[in-house]
Amino acid sequence: MNMLKAGTRMKSAVCDAEVMVIKVPAGECQLSCGGQPMIAMAATRDAAAALPAAEDNGCLVGKRYVDAADTIEVLCTKGGKGAIRANGQALTVKQAKALPSSD
Amino acid sequence: MNLVMLLEMAAETYPDRVAVKSGGESLTYAELQRASWAAAAKITASGCGYLGLIDISSVAVPVAIFAAAYAGVPYVPINYRLTAQEMEALLERIAPALLIIGAEYAKPLTLPAAVQPVLTADFLAACRAAPAAVMTADGEPGDVAIQLFTSGTTGKPKAALLRHENLMSYILGTVEFGSAAEEDAILVTVPPYHIAGISAVLSSTYACRRMVQMPNFEAREWLRLCREENVSNVFLVPTMLARVVEEVESGAAAALPALRAIAYGGGKMPLPVIEKALRLWPQADFTNAYGLTETSSTIALLGPDEHRAAAGSSDPAVRRRLGSVGRPLPAIEMEIRDDDGNVLGADQSGLIFVRGGQVAGEYHGSGSQLDAEGWFPTRDRGSLDAEGFLFLEGRDDDVIVRGGENISPGEIEDVLLEHPAVADVAVVAIADAQWGEAVAAAIVLKDKAGVTVSELQDWVKTRLRSSRVPAAINFQAELPYNETGKLLRRVVRQEFGK
Repeated sequence: MNMLKAGTRMKSAVCDAEVMVIKVPAGECQLSCGGQPMIAMAATRDAAAALPAAEDNGCLVGKRYVDAADTIEVLCTKGGKGAIRANGQALTVKQAKALPSSD
Repeated sequence: MNLVMLLEMAAETYPDRVAVKSGGESLTYAELQRASWAAAAKITASGCGYLGLIDISSVAVPVAIFAAAYAGVPYVPINYRLTAQEMEALLERIAPALLIIGAEYAKPLTLPAAVQPVLTADFLAACRAAPAAVMTADGEPGDVAIQLFTSGTTGKPKAALLRHENLMSYILGTVEFGSAAEEDAILVTVPPYHIAGISAVLSSTYACRRMVQMPNFEAREWLRLCREENVSNVFLVPTMLARVVEEVESGAAAALPALRAIAYGGGKMPLPVIEKALRLWPQADFTNAYGLTETSSTIALLGPDEHRAAAGSSDPAVRRRLGSVGRPLPAIEMEIRDDDGNVLGADQSGLIFVRGGQVAGEYHGSGSQLDAEGWFPTRDRGSLDAEGFLFLEGRDDDVIVRGGENISPGEIEDVLLEHPAVADVAVVAIADAQWGEAVAAAIVLKDKAGVTVSELQDWVKTRLRSSRVPAAINFQAELPYNETGKLLRRVVRQEFGK
């Protein structure tokens, strides 16, 4: 079981990417990056881990990634070469309506 | 979900960008992070449960906010304008605490034994000199990040608690990471102990926008700093914007070529002031923000397009929106309820309730004020129009109960402000033998204007119900506002009691 919790931070096993979970779906959810399951922040990356395939678009710091049904949302807190997927499904950048700065 | 994530992302992405500047001192994002690590180590070593701050704005303020978050203790900025006795009473409530304090504020204080003081200048010097030692924040999203003492117009100040998850919900919901351009800068004039002073640091850090601090507001100096620092964004409380407009009207140069955005909030903006400001800086985007300490800052916004639409409209219903605080943020739900808790419809005035992740609604000692469904009673009164624009009428405590009828001071103030002789007005309740309470109005006249009490009473009588006509009117040179632009109705009431 991979029960995600809002606020949980995870990192990629294969690149520099780090994410924070903003919204979680009901039930089990496996986050992956560059094709490999994401790991706990405290875990050590395997130095020999394969880099993501060249067609992977990577992820950009500060962007929010969501699935098509908008059941999961993660914030990329550090960019990397691997793309983020949830249960194998590719996540896409959420286009948020820009708010004017109020402070 | 911890505040330090904002700093970590900024320091990772733009390490060499200036994060904060105050007078001759500045810190880049990388330096701010290193200083925060060093300060966090000091807090942990002190064994204290709180980090207090009694001083004006300086580059130590963002260091303190993030250091407390790294160390996992609440950060408690205290109003430096309080009396020594008031400060001591608040410090008792956070002991044992490490206290960052300006030299001039330290002298008159007798600190509680469990408060360890460090002068702001020494604190900064030590943090800058310490070798970089990477830290992580190990706390939980539900930990208290910030504790702010409310101004406490009656009784003991309440300690509002803001948890990491509340503040992060606000920032992540309203700010786009790294959205500021390299040359952008915000001029921060709000004091560190105000919620707007906290949100200025958090929003600017996540936007990666340079903060320029102005510890003591003065209109002419504000205009000069805007030009010198090429300031692109400003936030002002209404009294400050009014003073800047006056300064320009009395001959100061208005040109602010880099200025793109003027945000204001924290009190009721007089219509003439905002109309003049819109004419003075037509290139700027105006945003009116409404929020409370207990809601982690802004919950409703009147944006730039809405300002322009309202200012340029001949439709009274649209034009009126210049006096609204706009619509609730996307992540905020809002309801207007009557005194019995029934949800009201458009244009019906009642109590404002809000719900959302940023709504903390909690005080130390008395717990959460949220109901079972998560709604927080703001204790402000207002109405939503058919398009969802929120019109504020003031604090529920300020409502005048005259013979069982609830009267909002705001509607009477609006009518009196339309009188050509009236510059400013405060309507309050006074004791009345017949009605329980009656309406009283303190009036500030415009320069060289003259009007009689009965003329003003007639002015109200022809525009509102007779119960709204002030039974007492006095004329004053100016109204009492606190330093963040909040009208002190308590003081106005006392004047009538004399």
